Amino acid sequence: MYENVVTARHYEERLQEVYLEGKQPAFDISAGTIPGELHLAAGHEAAAAGVCAHLREEDTVTAPHRPHHVAIAKGVDLRRMTAEILGRETGLCRGKGGHMHLFDPDVNFACSGIIAQGCPPAVGAAMAADKRNEDSVAVAYLGEGAVDQGAFLESLNLAAVQNLPVVFVVEDNDWAISMPQERVTDVHTPAERADGFDMPGVRVDHDDAVAVYEAARDAVGRARNGNGPTLLDVQVHRRMGHFMGDAESYRPDEDSERAQRLDAIERLAEDLREHGVEDAELNEIREDAEERVEDAIEWARDQPEPDPEDAYEDVFVDETAAASGGDD
Amino acid sequence: MSKPASDPGEGSADRELTMSRAMVDAIASEMRESEDVFYMGEDVQDYGGIFDSTEGLLDEFGRDRIMDVPISETAYVGAAVGAAQSGMRPIAEIMFADFVGVCLDQVYNQMAKNTYMSGGSVNVPMVLTTAVGGTYNDAAQHSQTLYGLFAHLPGMKVVVPSTAYDAKGLMHAAVRDDDPVVYMFHKRLMGIGWMPAPEGPKTPVPDEDYTIPLGEANVKREGDDVTVVTLGLHVHRALEAADELEGDVDVEVIDLRTLVPFDTETVVDSVRKTGNLVVVDEDYESFGVTSEVTARVAERAPEALEAVERVAVPDVPIPYSRPLENEVNPDSDDIVEAVESLK
Ligand SMILES: Cc1ncc(C[n+]2csc(CCOP(=O)(O)OP(=O)(O)O)c2C)c(N)n1
Repeated sequence: MYENVVTARHYEERLQEVYLEGKQPAFDISAGTIPGELHLAAGHEAAAAGVCAHLREEDTVTAPHRPHHVAIAKGVDLRRMTAEILGRETGLCRGKGGHMHLFDPDVNFACSGIIAQGCPPAVGAAMAADKRNEDSVAVAYLGEGAVDQGAFLESLNLAAVQNLPVVFVVEDNDWAISMPQERVTDVHTPAERADGFDMPGVRVDHDDAVAVYEAARDAVGRARNGNGPTLLDVQVHRRMGHFMGDAESYRPDEDSERAQRLDAIERLAEDLREHGVEDAELNEIREDAEERVEDAIEWARDQPEPDPEDAYEDVFVDETAAASGGDD
Repeated sequence: MSKPASDPGEGSADRELTMSRAMVDAIASEMRESEDVFYMGEDVQDYGGIFDSTEGLLDEFGRDRIMDVPISETAYVGAAVGAAQSGMRPIAEIMFADFVGVCLDQVYNQMAKNTYMSGGSVNVPMVLTTAVGGTYNDAAQHSQTLYGLFAHLPGMKVVVPSTAYDAKGLMHAAVRDDDPVVYMFHKRLMGIGWMPAPEGPKTPVPDEDYTIPLGEANVKREGDDVTVVTLGLHVHRALEAADELEGDVDVEVIDLRTLVPFDTETVVDSVRKTGNLVVVDEDYESFGVTSEVTARVAERAPEALEAVERVAVPDVPIPYSRPLENEVNPDSDDIVEAVESLK
């Protein structure tokens, strides 16, 4: 878990730097090494690592618009993910998906940038496992702002009534872009949403990776043993703006400071030290992680951009059908 | 809500506004005029709208009338329908047109059809605002233009401003209209800091209220050889192309401004003059604006129509990577090429 959280954190910090390349002095979203929006997940790592530690390659994960930490914890190929974010031909999606839409079928990982819309496909993956009598599970990640969507609530109900092996993981960072939770819902914690669906709703206050790990062990175990879905709600902290370029003028300074102070990674390191892990070992894990991140970024930079003609491929499995719309 | 619909003309103003400021100017004025007008959307209060569509309104009108709502498009767009049927004039914002999928029933069954299905006994005087368009590498779920989708489904008027002057006049007209109006603004035209706009959308905007009637296209540039019909961001790209072709081909550029109602006459008159038609659209090519414009001209003036070219997104989802998005999103070079191919 420690390896996963430090890899994810370092990855986000480096992406932040790479993103700013070419966007200075005047911030222009379409310029630079990484174009488009970029949503970073610094402060969310414990929710990814603590849950994915219980998953196998064949288990399915769907992630939302803030996906990198979850992808790393699920074992998505770091080089090809980075190449995708840089829009390169050898990226996970041949440069067509970008950072919010990472698909890695090798480890059953997928994303969607539309709020809560990863929930129904996760239910579908669980349905497939159930029909085939396999013991794999599906995990859908979403933010606390996404729990007001019909797609989420409908998915809870469907998973519950069919007793499917799904774990819904809410990363509660209290903010949906500029909207604080209390402005958009009277329900106290996302976990309480489970009550109406005859499903356990488990809240982990403070992004304590060990507590997440323990709660997730029960939830994933329950699903794997045929005992149905769980809603797992993890308090995390948004250390950065909603997306790169967000000046966060709507956010009180105390709140940003609190997010910086309550760092799950520091807490986990402290736990490990208390259990006798030497600093030297922690440093080694961190340095290895940094090296892998650096390697992925360097590798991605060297990859070619796609040929413009590739834009016409992949609309359908049969590529000759795809070409008929455009050129004539 | 009846006020004189006078159009003072662009030249009458000495202040220049960005498109977002002009939109907000009209909304504020309508809100001052009537307590029935209010605005609902995500991040429209403290953030002022991701694309500055409500910048500054919270200060004047407060949280009751500029409402942040849960990420629940079905609920709040549907609530706008209900409030409108109850006699209010809500404006609801779907942050990106791509997200309309999650609430499509409320849009195409409730908002669009209730007037008809009730035999005219009910009407839905609301505005649905939404951002459209790509050109900044945000991939297939955040870059669609979807003009055709909204215009295809009967019962909604559809407006697409291309300049600040039009943005204000069309917003006044949209709020005052007794039918539901979809107001689609291109992100790249709004004048937001992090997404530089081309030359053109920032124009003089009069202080006073004025409406631009829905259903009147605007001849942006007169010419004798080829008619280029377009809307939104691509009005500016077409004008750029026309400048480039100057001296070689004399291009007439028509900004449709509204898709429903559609100004067939202006387009057909122009093609009667030039004989050649190029339709440019950032939406998908098939079953969309380019097909519709071409069909209307072919029906009304088949004898005048010598040649047609369509320049649109070639029926592929908008890709992320820069060379791929550039390939599918029409630019001024594509327009130049299409015009030249007709000569
Ligand atoms: C259906 C839909 N509506 C709106 C958006 C725009 N949007 C993107 S992220 C976001 C906030 C999400 O908040 P939350 O679920 O709490 O996740 P967080 O960003 O805090 O991780 C919104 C409103 C969207 N992508 N999809």
